Amino acid sequence: MALTETSTPSIAAPRGGALSRWVSRHAAILLLGLILVLLPAVANEFLLDQIVGWSLALGMIALSLMFLAGYGGMVSLAQMTIAGVAGYMVAVLGASSLPTISLFWPWWVATPLAIAIAVVFGTLSGALSARTEGIYTIMITLAIAAAFFYLTLQNWPIFNGFNGFTTIPAPHFWGVNWRAPVPLYYLILFFAASSYGAVVYISRAPFGLALQGVRDNPRRMEAIGYNVAAHRVAAHAFAALIAAIGGVLLVWLNNQISPFSISFERVIDVLVIAVVGGLGHPIGAFVGAIIYVILRTFALDALLAVGLDGRRFQTIIGLGFLLIVLFSPDGVIGLWRRWSARLRANGGSRRL
Amino acid sequence: MSTIAERMAAAGAGAAIELRGVTRLFGALAALTDITLSVRPGERRAVLGSNGAGKTTLLNCVTGDFPPTSGTVRFFGEDVTILPPHERIRRGLRRTYQISLLFQRLTVRENVYLACRGVSRGRFSFLRTRAGEAIMQSVADLIALVHLENVADRLVGELAHGQQRQLEIALALAGAPRFILFDEPAAGLSPTERGDLVAILTALPSHIGYIIIEHDMDVALRVVESVTMMHNGRIFKEGAPAEIETDPEVQRLYLGGGHG
Ligand SMILES: Nc1ncnc2c1ncn2[C@@H]1O[C@H](COP(=O)(O)OP(=O)(O)O)[C@@H](O)[C@H]1O
Ligand SMILES: [Mg+2]
Repeated sequence: MALTETSTPSIAAPRGGALSRWVSRHAAILLLGLILVLLPAVANEFLLDQIVGWSLALGMIALSLMFLAGYGGMVSLAQMTIAGVAGYMVAVLGASSLPTISLFWPWWVATPLAIAIAVVFGTLSGALSARTEGIYTIMITLAIAAAFFYLTLQNWPIFNGFNGFTTIPAPHFWGVNWRAPVPLYYLILFFAASSYGAVVYISRAPFGLALQGVRDNPRRMEAIGYNVAAHRVAAHAFAALIAAIGGVLLVWLNNQISPFSISFERVIDVLVIAVVGGLGHPIGAFVGAIIYVILRTFALDALLAVGLDGRRFQTIIGLGFLLIVLFSPDGVIGLWRRWSARLRANGGSRRL
Repeated sequence: MSTIAERMAAAGAGAAIELRGVTRLFGALAALTDITLSVRPGERRAVLGSNGAGKTTLLNCVTGDFPPTSGTVRFFGEDVTILPPHERIRRGLRRTYQISLLFQRLTVRENVYLACRGVSRGRFSFLRTRAGEAIMQSVADLIALVHLENVADRLVGELAHGQQRQLEIALALAGAPRFILFDEPAAGLSPTERGDLVAILTALPSHIGYIIIEHDMDVALRVVESVTMMHNGRIFKEGAPAEIETDPEVQRLYLGGGHG
């Protein structure tokens, strides 16, 4: 477990004076952070927003699934739907090209309220699935995702049917126009990095450790004093917060939302991203997202270039998924772990 | 009617564990039939009986893992029959499992930490525990008690069977237990580890009572003051260890029976 060994070694937080140790232990992620912060100096708008920005926002939604599935053993297919609820609510409560539906409330009312509604939605669907396990959790959350998809498709007064909403810009505040490419990129980077940091931190805090206990053995968790159902619901609420923020960012980035943003395909995409990246560590969600975004963006052209039907890119994603699941059930970061474990002499124990 | 109810309540008032008319069905099979049992605070009791006698099911009814089909369970006078397990644990009940139920993908220290945190406040805390906090000392003490210091930071899934059994015991001693249920704690332990187990049990503060299910009579009869014999989901004999050892019916059904 190379990544957890090096980046999350202890229940107990590091004591003062350990700053340099902390920096060296987190060298890889700090370097990645630095590159992402400096990226706007060299990257064009397309790379910035349509590749990296999209990956980070989508990565947040996959991160919310990683938190539930990797730490809690709960595979929820409702995470894209929760993101969609937040996205739709931003369009309904705030601004869009549809004055007949949108309420045009100021962003500082509309956005927090949209996120709050999505968190309530996520908490309730968590409560519905908290007493189930395994395949039943998947089925219930899939049913929730299906119900919301058909609701948006068929409801015109609130969701505007299959047209959905367009022109849903990020707000303008602190003298910054956040819909401009570089500010929007930094906005997404800030929330993606914050949610990543929060998940990493909480995974070693009582709440996160207890969630891993629930994953490994819910019956024993009850027998050492934990209310397992309450813990699961709380995990769903926390994951919903991350997914909801990711959903709002995604809508601001794409400038639109419709039922096809939350269709079965998109719901499954989030699962594929999280599993391909790897459920063993929060970084897996972002690794999976960048792979997905690059494939979606370039596979079509690459296929056409070699004389194949461009629509086959879905087949490529499917085959890639199959290969990863077959050869590395813990995803790309699992490959990375095994590879780096082979380089190091001793890989057995985890220091605490 | 009221006098009977009053007398029953009075009889149960002083007990740590009080079962009345507890029956547990699994489909058509009665794993427990009309069990009435009372154990004093601080009392140490062995429950003996052949495989399938209903011993584990008895513990499951006390902890709430499987609630009784009928009958009542009281813990220190409080009716806990329909209380979820975690509520009983928070009231001072503890248990070990016959087949280890551990957190395989966490380390030994994390396992013990979860047990200590589970009976304290801050179970939902988003703030990490600092190295100097008292709970970390309790965790270290429990690990030392079961001699797992040198594997404290190994994943539980990598431990030897005997070490997992030791950890199983440590998890039941977290916090301030009032009454502990041990389900065959010596099974899978080496002779040395059995000695350690006897030492741990005898060193427990005298106010902590326990029920121990144990096939190894050398262990069982050394650490208890009373014995309950079970057969086919019923209690058929209760007494002091010396009485039980010499009882002809016990000899026939259990001790001489070449049990597993
Ligand atoms: N979860 C269960 N489902 C069905 N039958 C069970 C279950 N647990 C125990 N039993 C049955 O109840 C009886 C008593 O089992 P148990 O309490 O485990 O006995 P002991 O611990 O004395 O060996 C056995 O016949 C067993 O097969
Ligand atoms: Mg048993």
